[in-house]
Amino acid sequence: MNFQAVKVIYKFEMLRTWKTLLQSIASPVVSTTLYFVVFGAAIGSRIEHIDGVSYGVFIVPGLLMLSILTQSISNASFGIFFPKFTGTIYEILSAPVSFIEVLLGYVGAAATKSLILGLIILLTASAFVPLQIAHPIWMMGFLLLTCISFSLFGFIIGLWANNFEKLELIPRLVITPLVFLGGSFYSVDMLPAFWQKITLLNPVLYLISGFRWSFFEVADVSVLTSLTMILVFLGLCLGAIFLIFKTGYRLKQ
Amino acid sequence: METIIKVSDLCKSYDSGFEALKGINLNIHAGEIFALLGPNGAGKTTLISTVCGIVSPTSGSVEVSGYDIVKDYRRTRELIGLVPQELTLGAFDTVWNTLQFSRGLFGKSPNPAYLEKTLRDLSLFDKRDQILMSLSGGMKRRVLIAKALAHEPRILFLDEPTAGVDVELRKDMWKLVANMRESGVTIILTTHYIEEAEEIADRIGVINKGEILLVDKKSDLIKKMGKKQLVIDLREPISEIPSALSQYNLEIANDGRSLVYLYDVKQDRTGITTLLIELREQGLLLKDIKTEESSLEDIFVELVRR
Ligand SMILES: Nc1ncnc2c1ncn2[C@@H]1O[C@H](COP(=O)(O)OP(=O)(O)OP(=O)(O)O)[C@@H](O)[C@H]1O
Ligand SMILES: [Mg+2]
Repeated sequence: MNFQAVKVIYKFEMLRTWKTLLQSIASPVVSTTLYFVVFGAAIGSRIEHIDGVSYGVFIVPGLLMLSILTQSISNASFGIFFPKFTGTIYEILSAPVSFIEVLLGYVGAAATKSLILGLIILLTASAFVPLQIAHPIWMMGFLLLTCISFSLFGFIIGLWANNFEKLELIPRLVITPLVFLGGSFYSVDMLPAFWQKITLLNPVLYLISGFRWSFFEVADVSVLTSLTMILVFLGLCLGAIFLIFKTGYRLKQ
Repeated sequence: METIIKVSDLCKSYDSGFEALKGINLNIHAGEIFALLGPNGAGKTTLISTVCGIVSPTSGSVEVSGYDIVKDYRRTRELIGLVPQELTLGAFDTVWNTLQFSRGLFGKSPNPAYLEKTLRDLSLFDKRDQILMSLSGGMKRRVLIAKALAHEPRILFLDEPTAGVDVELRKDMWKLVANMRESGVTIILTTHYIEEAEEIADRIGVINKGEILLVDKKSDLIKKMGKKQLVIDLREPISEIPSALSQYNLEIANDGRSLVYLYDVKQDRTGITTLLIELREQGLLLKDIKTEESSLEDIFVELVRR
């Protein structure tokens, strides 16, 4: 195992974060604040409590997930896409590193970044609403698993994409709708019966539901189902990565 | 002589179906400077990229220091440094940081003293905190060399190191190459400039359309392929070659004041003696005689045209 290589890739990816601090940390904080002002304070004051939780508080886990998911994907996908795009990938390809080491470096950095971001958003949120976290360990567990699995997913997208359009395609067209329709801003039982059924097909629902449970002990589906779903997703990503690793897909000619 | 790189029956077809390497066999000796010459699209970069691990071979094998480049890629890649043809560098990193990155990527623990020396050798030390994007093309080329040297490789590939480089950098680079060779590093470079190969390489390989046409010591190459010219300056100009001399491969040059005799150094009988006797019998008075050897450039053009 070439630990030096993992270390420098990780370090340099993190360095990139600090250099683009405003973009990577400040902008999600600003947008989260906006959500709170609009949904929490303005609209939320007219909305009844959901499952005994005030609306402003209720949306915190969903908002967090929305940011974590999009940021994990965009960080990890951009991290590996950029060297491919500029050609600097030649150095990684000609170095004595395995795919696993490259993966650990890039995905590790992207996941770390998302985790930090999640904690910052949590702090921001607690400035607006009184937050209680019923199961902090579960909360951290869900947060961590989400950061890792969606960074892995982002890494796969970054490998697959051979232009900027494709890089943006899946996050914009798939992830954002899934998060919005996955109950970030509402409880599933507020929907008509038919749409409730449809929503159950949305994997992000399980994620948000489990995460919300760790805060308020209210959930759309059982917490164990949530946990299983995210582990399945993690497993799928790892499987895909393994296949990519086996075939050298899209990195080498 | 110890072989450090052994390329056997190496073929590469790109996804497009294009066959860029067609059964390359090539041995590089430890400690030599080897120049790979060939026209655009000959397959030089493809060959180098395959040895370095950037392109996967379609068939055939490459051994570096006795290790297979696919099975034992960690061992082989550790030994190799690559300066790519294109100026591919990050944008926002500093010179110093990108060197640290390169060194770490190859599994070496940090060594600021070594990196500093490398930068100084390339006259880059005062630029160490500059952002890569803000460097000139020649400076970027230097950074690429420094990056390739950051992990103290035993083999250095230079893919067209002097493309777009000014005289000073070229000199610096050859000094560096000579120093590295002194310390036992094997150097393989590609170039279009034949004088360059002629000047610094120990051996030269000519590649065209994915095939190695020949590999030879530089002096042997010239001897083997070389035509020599005997230029005979005459006291009195002539308007045509006397018919008695028509059996010789002669040409009139310099408005009739010179005769040029082209002969093959490979032959035992070059015909020079009889030619000179004939000239005297024809009553031609000689002012001067000189011989000229064909350069690698001529040889190269000749080879590739065939
Ligand atoms: N990724 C690729 N896909 C398809 N064909 C390629 C690819 N890369 C190179 N080729 C083709 O392979 C051939 C050899 O290319 P290569 O870059 O090895 O040549 P070269 O000898 O380095 O040329 P130059 O002197 O211009 O650098 C060329 O015809 C090129 O078009
Ligand atoms: Mg080339």
